[in-house]
Amino acid sequence: MPYLSPLLAKSAEIAPLWFVERVARTIFTGVLKGHPDLFDRLGDYRQTRYCFSPSDLSLHFRIVPATRMLSVFRGEPPLADARIDGPLALLLGLLEGRCDADALFFSRDLSVTGDMEAMLALRNALDDSAIDLPRELGALAGPFSPLVSGAARHIRARALGGRGAAWN
Amino acid sequence: MKTRRTALSLGPIYYLWDGPKWRDFYFRIADEADIDHVTLGETVCSKRQHFSEPHIADVIERLEAAGKQVTLSTLAMVTLERESRHVRDLIRDAHHKVEANDLSALGLLKGRPHSIGPLVNVYNAATARTLAARGADVVCLPPELPATSIRQMLQAMPDFAFELFAFGRMPLAISARCAHARSKGLTKDNCQFICGEDPDGLPLRTLDRQSFLVLNGVQTMSNSCVVLLDDLAVLMEAGLTRVRLSPQDCDMVRVAALYRATLDGRIEGKEAVRELEKAYPGIRFSNGFLHQQEGAAWVARGRSATTAGG
Amino acid sequence: MELICPAGTPAAFREAIEAGADAIYCGFRDETNARNFPGLNFSREELRQSIALARRKGVQTFVALNTFMRAGDEALWYSAADDAVTIGADALIIADFGLMAYVAERYPEQRLHVSVQASASNPDAIRFLVEAFGAKRVVLPRVLTVQDIARLTRQIDCEVEVFAFGGLCVMAEGRCSLSSYATGKSPNMNGVCSPASHVRYREEAGALVSELGAYTINRFGPGEASGYPTLCKGRFDVGGTEGYAFEDPVSLDVIDEIDALKAAGVCALKIEGRQRGKAYVAEVVSSLKKALRASPTERTALVSRLRAMSEGQRTTSGAYDKRWR
Repeated sequence: MPYLSPLLAKSAEIAPLWFVERVARTIFTGVLKGHPDLFDRLGDYRQTRYCFSPSDLSLHFRIVPATRMLSVFRGEPPLADARIDGPLALLLGLLEGRCDADALFFSRDLSVTGDMEAMLALRNALDDSAIDLPRELGALAGPFSPLVSGAARHIRARALGGRGAAWN
Repeated sequence: MKTRRTALSLGPIYYLWDGPKWRDFYFRIADEADIDHVTLGETVCSKRQHFSEPHIADVIERLEAAGKQVTLSTLAMVTLERESRHVRDLIRDAHHKVEANDLSALGLLKGRPHSIGPLVNVYNAATARTLAARGADVVCLPPELPATSIRQMLQAMPDFAFELFAFGRMPLAISARCAHARSKGLTKDNCQFICGEDPDGLPLRTLDRQSFLVLNGVQTMSNSCVVLLDDLAVLMEAGLTRVRLSPQDCDMVRVAALYRATLDGRIEGKEAVRELEKAYPGIRFSNGFLHQQEGAAWVARGRSATTAGG
Repeated sequence: MELICPAGTPAAFREAIEAGADAIYCGFRDETNARNFPGLNFSREELRQSIALARRKGVQTFVALNTFMRAGDEALWYSAADDAVTIGADALIIADFGLMAYVAERYPEQRLHVSVQASASNPDAIRFLVEAFGAKRVVLPRVLTVQDIARLTRQIDCEVEVFAFGGLCVMAEGRCSLSSYATGKSPNMNGVCSPASHVRYREEAGALVSELGAYTINRFGPGEASGYPTLCKGRFDVGGTEGYAFEDPVSLDVIDEIDALKAAGVCALKIEGRQRGKAYVAEVVSSLKKALRASPTERTALVSRLRAMSEGQRTTSGAYDKRWR
């Protein structure tokens, strides 16, 4: 199972919440802007409060696509309509459509609670969106773009191990 | 339209009843039940045919002597050569009208008057018209149709006879695999006719012991019994001409009497439902499909907008 | 044999082309097809672009219009058929006789494939569909053994396509109201089986309980591979014994039977899974493409890894093997 390196997990744990939130928000906004089709596919589920809970961090990320809102919580999960739990690397892999959500769910690497239809809509919408996180991150890094993209790709490849590579 | 008498029809017995039970059931229907049409013959599993076959001629004779119109049912699922042959022979030799329950019968019946059973997917008037053009003159609609669809079809084909599945456990699915035999540690090919042990189906409950379905050989049926007694009036007004009762292991003569009395306006729907509880005790009633809800639901009249009005 | 591959989104469509599909089947984003799930399927414009791409790559596109027209709403299905024809679908996959008649009459040149949902399980049934609607191909229901299929193809003048991999209907397709009995949403009319809107999972003393509507469908112990609460793959109590009354949470895999199916006269193998992601499509299509060319021994190795992607992570050859019954 791909887990975060202890060093990375540790830094996310001790980083101030506002900082984590700012980084996550920047990525989230960038992704939404770059993938308007994602919005179309979500249809009525744009209003849904989705919560992502990486099981290897004590953080929860809650987003509402319609309002482009993202909030980060520490400790107990916040109120949400649909929630997905699993190792961060898999959640990110899912975001990019690199991992098959059904397979991960059947093997119980991921768990999903709340409005299943909303979660399904998001999964399907993401799956079509061809999000490439290293590229998105790079785009946000301005002149350091190649450096950031490269580093992020390296981390992704290591985190996903055999999984990601096989599907590319 | 109201001058037409809505006919009462008895569908085929979906369960495996032994020969004498099967015969005696129809003898009693012939002698005592105010029913206009009787469709009979093994429909669910070709392996069971030899149970009723020795009695079919006697049963038909008795029913016809009592003035009932007899229709012969075909198999719901035909996969084996033997089954294909059976359907072909039945259609070729029948002196009676035949009810098609699968596509092979539909093809073979072209050009002669025939009935369409509730196991053929007729969801709209376009399909009903296509089948009517080939010779179908009555269609028993699938149990899952909502009242809105039924009204649409009645309106689109005012001169055609539609029949409504209005009483009995609903046939919900059919499989190549026999869950009934499997549940008793047997396989379909060596089933020992174990489904005969459960003349009203084998109950299947959830892990929380909630009643849900019943197994009937390769067929899966609802645990609840569909009861449309209190929903019929508006549909008759919309042009429904036939109402089907599906035989259960209960007093079907009494059931038929209650439906007949309701159709004739001699008894209120609600009261008929209460009386029906005595004729088929210990079973839950449902009418959810008609009201565009889950099929298992029970909707009391007055609470639903789908059947009322327009 | 052709490989017919699923696509729930344009991204999956592109993956299927890259992975070597001979034809791709897909549907519009509405109730006209049997995978009417949120966020899935194609707009008219997406289909147009996808078909154009497929054409350039020499890949065919089949459009599934395989639900039954709800009385009163037929226009939705008719316009879907009109648009699919106009956009240039290579074939329409249809289950409803009324819709078949419409297409046969209005577009006699259009290739019509009979959907598995029509449940054409014998030679007389298929002859009826050829005679009445000019059907060119029939997708067989998953109720037949390989021997049944071989016997059947000899007696008909119509191409035969069968399911080879993916989700497995235990019940005869298109003839199952179990899901609508529990939820009110009909696979036949609304294009959803065991719809996510009625699915709930809850934790109960370490176990994962799955529910559909008001019914418990399964309870998975800690660490046990779970499944979606598809009714026919649920665990129930029959006569005091708990178990999978209809079928375990498994998927279909008949790769080992490829040569037998070919000998039986099957012209196309179909992969189920329009609702699965593009990662799944890419993996399954490329593996099966390789498997079709490989020797039987190499084939086994190729497919073993696919099992990890299956529901319950186990597979069955289903009705293709007589013992399954």
